[in-house]
Amino acid sequence: MALAVVIFLLVIGSIIFHFASPWWFTDIAAEWGSIDFTINVTFWVTGFVFISVNLFLAYCVYKFRQKEGHKAVYEPENHKLEVWLSAITALGVVAMLAPGLFVWAQIVTVPEDATEYEVMGQQWQWAYRYPGADGQLGYADTQLVTESNPFGINVEDPRGQDDIVVAGPEMHLPIGQPVKALLRSNDTLHNYTVPQFRVKMDLVPGMISYLWFEPNKIGTYDIMCEELCGIGHFAMRGSVVIDTQADFDDWIAQQATFAETQSMAAPNIAAGRAQFTLCASCHGAQGEGNQALNGPKLAGQSAWYIERQLKYFKEGVRGGEGDTNGQAMVPMARTLADDNAIRNMAAYIASLPSTPAANTVSGDIENGGLIFDRNCAACHLDNGKGTWYTDAPALAGMSDWYFVTQISNFRAGIRGLHENDAYGEQMVGMSTAMSGIEEIEDVAAYINTLR
Amino acid sequence: MAYVPLADQEQELSHPHSWVTKYVWSQDHKVIAIQYGGTAIAVGLVALVLSLLMRMQLGFPESFDLIDPSSYYQSVTMHGMIMVVYLLTALFLGGFGNYLIPLMCGARDMVFPFLNMLSYWVYLLSVLILMASFFVGDGPTGAGWTLYPPQASMAGTPGSDTGLVLMVASLAVFIVAFTMGGLNYVTTVLQARCRGLTMMRLPLTVWGIFVATILGLFAFPALLVAAVMMLFDTLLGTSFFMPAIIESGSPLDYNGGSPILFQHLFWFFGHPEVYIVALPAFGLVSDVLSTHARKNIFGYRMMVWAIIAIGGLSFIVWAHHMYVSGMNPYFGFFFATTTLIIAVPTALKVYNWVLTLWEGDIRLNAPMYFAIGFIFTFIHGGLTGLFLGNVVIDLPLSDTYFVVAHFHMVMGVSPVLVLFAALYHWYPKVTGRMFHEGMAKLHFWCTFLGTYAIYLPMHYLGFLGVPRRYYALGTTDFIPESANDLNTTITIAALFVGASQLLFFINIFWSLRNGKKADPNPWGSASLEWQTPDTPPVHGNWGDELPTVYRWPYDYSVPGAHQDFIPQNTPESEEPTADEVHFDPDQDASKANT
Repeated sequence: MALAVVIFLLVIGSIIFHFASPWWFTDIAAEWGSIDFTINVTFWVTGFVFISVNLFLAYCVYKFRQKEGHKAVYEPENHKLEVWLSAITALGVVAMLAPGLFVWAQIVTVPEDATEYEVMGQQWQWAYRYPGADGQLGYADTQLVTESNPFGINVEDPRGQDDIVVAGPEMHLPIGQPVKALLRSNDTLHNYTVPQFRVKMDLVPGMISYLWFEPNKIGTYDIMCEELCGIGHFAMRGSVVIDTQADFDDWIAQQATFAETQSMAAPNIAAGRAQFTLCASCHGAQGEGNQALNGPKLAGQSAWYIERQLKYFKEGVRGGEGDTNGQAMVPMARTLADDNAIRNMAAYIASLPSTPAANTVSGDIENGGLIFDRNCAACHLDNGKGTWYTDAPALAGMSDWYFVTQISNFRAGIRGLHENDAYGEQMVGMSTAMSGIEEIEDVAAYINTLR
Repeated sequence: MAYVPLADQEQELSHPHSWVTKYVWSQDHKVIAIQYGGTAIAVGLVALVLSLLMRMQLGFPESFDLIDPSSYYQSVTMHGMIMVVYLLTALFLGGFGNYLIPLMCGARDMVFPFLNMLSYWVYLLSVLILMASFFVGDGPTGAGWTLYPPQASMAGTPGSDTGLVLMVASLAVFIVAFTMGGLNYVTTVLQARCRGLTMMRLPLTVWGIFVATILGLFAFPALLVAAVMMLFDTLLGTSFFMPAIIESGSPLDYNGGSPILFQHLFWFFGHPEVYIVALPAFGLVSDVLSTHARKNIFGYRMMVWAIIAIGGLSFIVWAHHMYVSGMNPYFGFFFATTTLIIAVPTALKVYNWVLTLWEGDIRLNAPMYFAIGFIFTFIHGGLTGLFLGNVVIDLPLSDTYFVVAHFHMVMGVSPVLVLFAALYHWYPKVTGRMFHEGMAKLHFWCTFLGTYAIYLPMHYLGFLGVPRRYYALGTTDFIPESANDLNTTITIAALFVGASQLLFFINIFWSLRNGKKADPNPWGSASLEWQTPDTPPVHGNWGDELPTVYRWPYDYSVPGAHQDFIPQNTPESEEPTADEVHFDPDQDASKANT
């Protein structure tokens, strides 16, 4: 009796939950309304079966529960009924499968006028490449990847010279134009998903997969990785901006071509040195750091990282609310006139001789080592030296007190949550590997042992 | 073709001489079944705790500090693998298969008792190897239970060295154990049935386990091959699954391998694996439903053919796990079609279960609660499968919580409800004691309602697009704050369900001593295992003489019979069989009787 009532109530409750639920597909932003249509058909067919079969189940449990003097009917088979039920079920299946296959035929047929671009995934970052004026992407290979050629484009291939390379997590696309995304991975499986576009596909190293869609709504949408790709999987995030054609053209005109990135003049170290005097007042004459003035050690840090952080300070991505010391850096970074000045400065700092900073933090080295190996080493490497490949700065030999404040800032959401700090946001998630200030100090103490 | 049972030839049984040979190195299928079952449930508890750790992280990300990203992925991986392989497969086949096949077939034991014993000890070894990975340097692998290369063996994945090798080695050992057991189950069903027990007179439990075992014997080799190739890639530097890739900024020395090849091998095993778990559950629940409804299973022959059809079809649907894997998208047409076809025999089974209740005289005993609860959860889980199987709908839903909710409903909650139904149903035969009915029903309510509270809302996280295998959600533009509240609610429900499983353990241990002494056939069941001369059955099962079967195992409420069931071994002279209303699915055997 109770069981029959509960099943009845669960059916009613499920219906109420469904209609009251605020949780449903996000608004669609691509011409794949046909997918949503198929979902709705399936929803109504399966919903009907769910309600009717379960209500019948509840009725049977109620009606035929054991009663005095009642006896079950002996009815081993009813061939006619079974045939009918099979036929109706088959009909329901066809009703769902037919539109499904019809829409799938559209999904496997890429329109002739779709423009191609490339999405490249690597642990744990997105990057994009657009064909230049020739409309063709140059040949690229994982085996050709280097820091200065992160896409692994073959420098010999003339088609690749005008390719537009976007080595950052944000891409743009024009509205109303079908696009075919060519998906490529440098290391492991990833999956390119924009929930608003409805379609998704894995990136598979060693081959190129694809998907296509036609964006139809202006806006900025998250790109999620939806294939487990290692410890940073949950933090592998990009974004796609759907622009008007005019805005898109403006944006793409500002991006560097592959040839430009290859022929960029070497940074002027001397020019960087000239401007370093200002920095030296807090960071030390040789960039060795000065804790009393809250200036962390700079010598020994990679140029690409210094460059990115200077830009962040200059644009206010770092040094926002709550970050008192960072706020002091904003006007300093603004004394660097342009990207070139920043490059020169970064190159000079990278050229400074580095000796390990003095230890100022103590903690449980063993515990710190455990946490570091399990969570940090995947990007910052076992030796704590970091690598451009995972966007991980050097930690070993750098100021330990600075490590502690920065991790604390990540944990507190002071650093890394600015909308333009895509790299920093990964650290907001990863920093929870340390449960509090004690464990942060444990890790700092362990890093101090890496020389 | 006349069937001459092997069982007619007296089997040489190894008679135990000491406590050790009786309970440790035992060749008695019933002792082995309990060993299998006990080990599976124990290791399942580990997996349960791991799932609660994950839920704590998802439900209370701010305040729960016990696990970090690394251990989250390790928990995900070990939870999945343990539940699917080491708990469900081992408990259904090694546990129930072992206990019930010889009894339901009227045999004295499995046909190869020594091999059967070895099967358990090798299984235990595989469990120990797997558990050992918790104690090695980096801990167990965190590659996800699918162990997809190349990531499984790369530095960015927890436990990518020793952890992975132990996992793969453990699987290989498990497959050896499964093969030894599986050959036994199949041979016993084919060769050791007692006189009169034709295939079409077997209980559906035996049919389910029989077909599932055949699936396993064909499917596990694909996994074994994949495991060995992966070991070669990891340890010897071959490139079966490894293309040229970069690890932490340095190129690795691999070239030309295909990660998708591994996925094909894995799912060629992985999809039949779903039915290796589901078919025994289908069988067991059919017997529980029929017995407690005091009514024959409706459409027995259709049920048998549905089991066979589902088993066959399960080998040509595997790539529906790979719609978004980057394989040739044209495969989608084929695999979506085969996948949805499987819905037809599966739906028929559901209809027949419900129609078994129709015009029955339903005894709402605790096992029946679980069995009816199963029908509800299985309908739910089966229907959501129609979303994911239809390739187009899989695009938005793949790799989201909808998938997690779907497979937990269909192959987590549903088989587990059947397991509890079966454990309670056969408990009196196995132990000779009755369990505590009230406590069992309370256990049912907590488990049934609790799991629905977990998984119904979880589907909606999936609709929303919340990806699975995320240690933390971070900020997105499309997931509202309220999704976190939903996650917290789900976690609370999960903790409740986890804790309520204590009721089961208290019940079965308490009842061992304090339970009422059980009748030999407390549910009035018609199938053979309840007709043993001793309860619990002793080594050799049948005393001096093997039973002879005269009818199918579902003779409930036969008009004109003395009571509302006729045991399978009741001769036609005592109860009607040739009567025109009486049914025998094996009509040839029926004619031979008369």
